[in-house]
Amino acid sequence: MAAVSIAPAPRITTLILQRKTLAIGLAVILAIALFALLAPLIAPYAPNKLSIVNRLKPPSGTYFFGTDEFGRDIFSRTIYAGRLSLTVGAAATVFAGVIGITLGLVAGFFRRADTVIARIVDAMMAFPDILLAIALVAALGPSLATVIVALGIVYAPRLARIVRASTLVIRELPYVEAARALGVPTWRIMTRHVLRNLVSPILVQATFIFAYAMLAEASLSFLGVGVSPEIPTWGTMIASGRQYVGQADWMTIFPGVAIILSVLSLQLVGDGLRDLLDPRLRKDL
Amino acid sequence: MAAVLSAPSPLTATLPEDVVLRAEDLHTHFIVGERAAKSVDGVTLTVRRGETLAVVGESGSGKSVTSLSIMRLLAHPGRIVRGKILYRMRDGTVVDLATLPEKRMRAIRGKEIAMIFQEPMTSLNPLYTVGDQIMEMIRLHEPVSRHEARQRARQMLELVEIPAAEKRLDQYPHEMSGGMRQRVMIALALSCNPALLIADEPTTALDVTIQAQILDLMRRLQRDIGMSILFITHNLGVVAEIAHEVAVMYAGRVVEQAPVEALFARPRHPYTKGLLACIPNPERDRAADGARLMLNPIPGNVPSVLNLPPGCTYAPRCPLVEPRCEGEAPGLVPAGPGHLSRCFRHELL
Repeated sequence: MAAVSIAPAPRITTLILQRKTLAIGLAVILAIALFALLAPLIAPYAPNKLSIVNRLKPPSGTYFFGTDEFGRDIFSRTIYAGRLSLTVGAAATVFAGVIGITLGLVAGFFRRADTVIARIVDAMMAFPDILLAIALVAALGPSLATVIVALGIVYAPRLARIVRASTLVIRELPYVEAARALGVPTWRIMTRHVLRNLVSPILVQATFIFAYAMLAEASLSFLGVGVSPEIPTWGTMIASGRQYVGQADWMTIFPGVAIILSVLSLQLVGDGLRDLLDPRLRKDL
Repeated sequence: MAAVLSAPSPLTATLPEDVVLRAEDLHTHFIVGERAAKSVDGVTLTVRRGETLAVVGESGSGKSVTSLSIMRLLAHPGRIVRGKILYRMRDGTVVDLATLPEKRMRAIRGKEIAMIFQEPMTSLNPLYTVGDQIMEMIRLHEPVSRHEARQRARQMLELVEIPAAEKRLDQYPHEMSGGMRQRVMIALALSCNPALLIADEPTTALDVTIQAQILDLMRRLQRDIGMSILFITHNLGVVAEIAHEVAVMYAGRVVEQAPVEALFARPRHPYTKGLLACIPNPERDRAADGARLMLNPIPGNVPSVLNLPPGCTYAPRCPLVEPRCEGEAPGLVPAGPGHLSRCFRHELL
């Protein structure tokens, strides 16, 4: 074991570039995020600027993605909608993370809490995601914040389950027992010794949850139970374009493509991260 | 803590000045449904200041459960059902660890009593550098700056004779050998100057030369720091090296206790005698034809703690067994100066 000469750790950029799916996924999602972030600079029109003369125009040099039934520019709206879709996805993921990680750690550490938490988590996982989200939004009243909270609650059990399972394994490891024997308090063992070990599975799962949450937000908006229809999100755009399918397909196609690209790229990133962070799947070690 | 300091504990008078830890009639059972595994069944042990008490026994004798009971680290469903664990804190007050609230127990672990384990390869967190882990321990128990903690961590590594301590601080456990890691574990355990170190088979996973180095180190540290050691082992050779006093455990009970010289000179319990005979001795162990070497195992197995025999637990394997042994459990009786034996027939030995 001793005195093995260790090659300098490869740089993180090298590691990412070696993995095509991860690199492509990251590039696409970063591009989408950049568009959303710089929307005011990139979008040729204000997202809500009406122009009745130009209603339902097909894509052209003036309107890259065409216009909707009120003559609003689909390209500008798609870019602006990205801001909201990404925000909802990210916020829901963070929310799910806080709830899920806390529940998972507590369930993994305290037997009594476990019996309760594990049952609740199982029950929640038994519901279809969208149904549960609809029920929660209905109960809390539709708004941007409630959509985020609802989606956070819907996806928290996935993280809770992973964190609980790993906690159960890690807390029995000799070094955790050794830490306990030297007087390290439980909360510190949880955060420093257990949570630190879970960074990679949590990161991978969070990426997937990000994707699911964006998709779910679009579904909720499409079904009319999400954010109010005046706010452009990809889901509301598709919902309003639905009546014009066949007449103005561009109204649904472009926001649809935006959803597909972002969900797909996030899934690629998740898969790539899983391979990168799992030493058993790394060929360069 | 303040309340304890102002009102001297009523227990203080019950523990002699030179005793650091005394377990009295300790019973630790693992209760599953109706059945109780009596892993520790009435153990009394005394650790004196600056001395080493070795607890010897084979697997399942209850020696590790005894040490975990003292640290109150028993895994569910293990429970201390009866007995006291009196411990003299460094400020002189005596507390009963068996009933101390968990919150105060946590302040005792690490700072008053530290414990090291058998597996040096896995007892350190692979994600943090050695320095990080020692610094965590120091800063957990004492309000010192990062810089100060690092200085102390380096001194601790020097204390356990790790060369190039400054460099080692920034290394991860996987960059070190087993012996080196056990040294780090000892440094970690000693970083808050505990009065008592519980070492649960700390040398079992190491090869003999490293084992000798670690024992040397522990002896030297004991001399320099004056700490007491409770040393759990199944290896009588190690006992001879390090112990002042020895307690031999069998099926959850102490069957013999004596100063180390007395025990090796004249064991007063047939089990101890059997254990000593197990150590291969090329002179003694010649077969009848004078050529082949034979080992002398004790026949049979340790009885299950779920189903102990009614009389002496060693009776089924004992060469001196008589009818009385099977009906009546012998008590721990004096068998010489400072020598206790749990055998009706110890005079015969």
